[in-house]
Amino acid sequence: MAEHAPPSRVTYDYVTRTIARTLGSPTRGYFLLLGAAVALLLVGIVTLLYLLRYGLGLAGYSHPVYWAVFITCFVFWVGIAHSGTLISAILFLFRSGWRTAVYRTAEAMTVFAVMTAGLFPLIHIGRQWYFYWLIPYPNERGLWPNFKSPLIWDEFAIGTYFTVSTVFLIMGLIPDIAAVRDLATGWRKKLYALTSLGWTGANEQWRHYTRGYLYLAALATPLVLSVHSVVSWDFAMSIVPGWHATLFAPYFVAGAIYSGVAMVITLLVPIRKLFHLEEIITLHHFENLAKLCLLTGSIVSFSYMTENFVAWFSGNPHERAAFWYRAFGEYWWASWTMNICNGLLPWLLWSKTVRTNITALFVISIFVNIGMWFERYVIIVVSLAGEPYQPWANAVYNPTWADWGIMAGSFGWFFMWFLLFVKNFPAVSISEVKEVLPPPKRQATRAGAH
Amino acid sequence: MTTHLRLPLPKPLQDIIHPPPTPGVLGVFAYLDSTLDAIKKLRAAGHTDFTVYSPIPRHEIEEALGQSVSPVRAFTLIGGIAGCAVGAWLTLWMSYDWPVVVGGKPVGSIPPYVIIMFEMTILFGALSTILGIVFNAAFAARRSGTIQYDERFTNDRFGIFVPADSGHAAAIESLLKQSGAEEVRRG
Repeated sequence: MAEHAPPSRVTYDYVTRTIARTLGSPTRGYFLLLGAAVALLLVGIVTLLYLLRYGLGLAGYSHPVYWAVFITCFVFWVGIAHSGTLISAILFLFRSGWRTAVYRTAEAMTVFAVMTAGLFPLIHIGRQWYFYWLIPYPNERGLWPNFKSPLIWDEFAIGTYFTVSTVFLIMGLIPDIAAVRDLATGWRKKLYALTSLGWTGANEQWRHYTRGYLYLAALATPLVLSVHSVVSWDFAMSIVPGWHATLFAPYFVAGAIYSGVAMVITLLVPIRKLFHLEEIITLHHFENLAKLCLLTGSIVSFSYMTENFVAWFSGNPHERAAFWYRAFGEYWWASWTMNICNGLLPWLLWSKTVRTNITALFVISIFVNIGMWFERYVIIVVSLAGEPYQPWANAVYNPTWADWGIMAGSFGWFFMWFLLFVKNFPAVSISEVKEVLPPPKRQATRAGAH
Repeated sequence: MTTHLRLPLPKPLQDIIHPPPTPGVLGVFAYLDSTLDAIKKLRAAGHTDFTVYSPIPRHEIEEALGQSVSPVRAFTLIGGIAGCAVGAWLTLWMSYDWPVVVGGKPVGSIPPYVIIMFEMTILFGALSTILGIVFNAAFAARRSGTIQYDERFTNDRFGIFVPADSGHAAAIESLLKQSGAEEVRRG
């Protein structure tokens, strides 16, 4: 493991106390952010009530566009969720030391992003009280779900992903909750005593824990690659030009990690500043995140080029028409937002000056997220609106206030959970940050004293 | 231990979560190498049932203790295989229970069902891994009983607890001190 030399005052004790301090009394700024998140959530709830009362027609659905902003948001949030498991599981298996300072934030983001994504299929079905029809349960009609449908695969994939990423997050939290418990007082001590499940750091605990964690990481790694592949098959299994491509699975997985890493940067910049974690989350970490962004962004750009090349090279007039419509039809602005934000912007990250400039990274990460939202919008809405098999039915779909209301609500829901999490549980892993520090040694200390 | 809540639980659970106290000696160490030194000396003196506390997992400690590989892997394997079987059963049995031909494909089509089998493998594998960790750690705790603990062990100190009756405690105390324990107490 590459143990890059941290500043000497970063000791085990410093790490514990700095991270435990993030759980102190919330400031006015924190409450303002939390209030803004709850306000956004309320906008979403009110919009949902309107949708329940007056139906999905409020959301601007019209033939042939029946998958629109709700599904776009679903894919967007599932995508956001992916980098968490990448950083916590895949980089864990690769023994990347730098992941330790950022993985907890990414993992928490994963869980809350899947919780957000999971709302959209429910909103999209319109009659939320029938959601249980998706579950295979014995019923009076003797019917079972159609397991040949990608939508059912998706349900299993997302359900598994949510469960596994939640237990993975909780597993990682246990030793850290114990560390916070041992410093806390009052009701927090009781809360952490319960939630740390009696963790003491005894050798038998670590023995089973580290093994189990390794296997969880090994299971989460193929899972994270499978989930967005399955989401992509929701589209690729149909014959709509612009959707029906074998490229979709790797293309979606790369895009998901790309948007997720960008979201990690978006979240880490304010957290680091707010909680004074500059010595724990260093420029080195941001630079590595930027490199991940550059890698996955390049795969995404390559996929855009491949898609367009294949549309032209296939000689299939429908495929060509779909991609021509995408670039130069009514929605040209959406396509070019996507191309510029995802295809061109990441190239700035080749420069080390940009990679180590926090402000620049923060701005780029927001544009990447805008670009990735538009990517899903382009794939879903534009492919349906310009469907070359039904030229008589082509319609210009436009999102309505109901779409934006629900989308705003989803951001409120996500940030509310995230803000509650960072104030109540360690947002940076205490034990794993210590793992990459040189352990306290009698010999070394004596030598250092001279 | 003041840090742990006593939950009102039925007796068998109470015994696992709050086992009866074990008398012994606790040494607190500031350095990893002195901890390792003490572990080696304890093992040389024939002690095997002591507990080592550390704020982070260290391979050196594992090696010094000569621990075998955790049996959690068996839980993962069995859970994974069971999940795969459940996935296969769920899809195939449900397809044939009410046979509907979809898209001109066989009623029981294996390729799409592989996806469900895969997801169930991961789900059951992960959940049984958690069970494996919890069971193994809980039973290890039950074996060692309620033993002394110090709140610094999750921060920056290492610790060794050696169960001993009052006759042997003095010898262990001096052994721990010799290896560099900054604090030794009896309980």
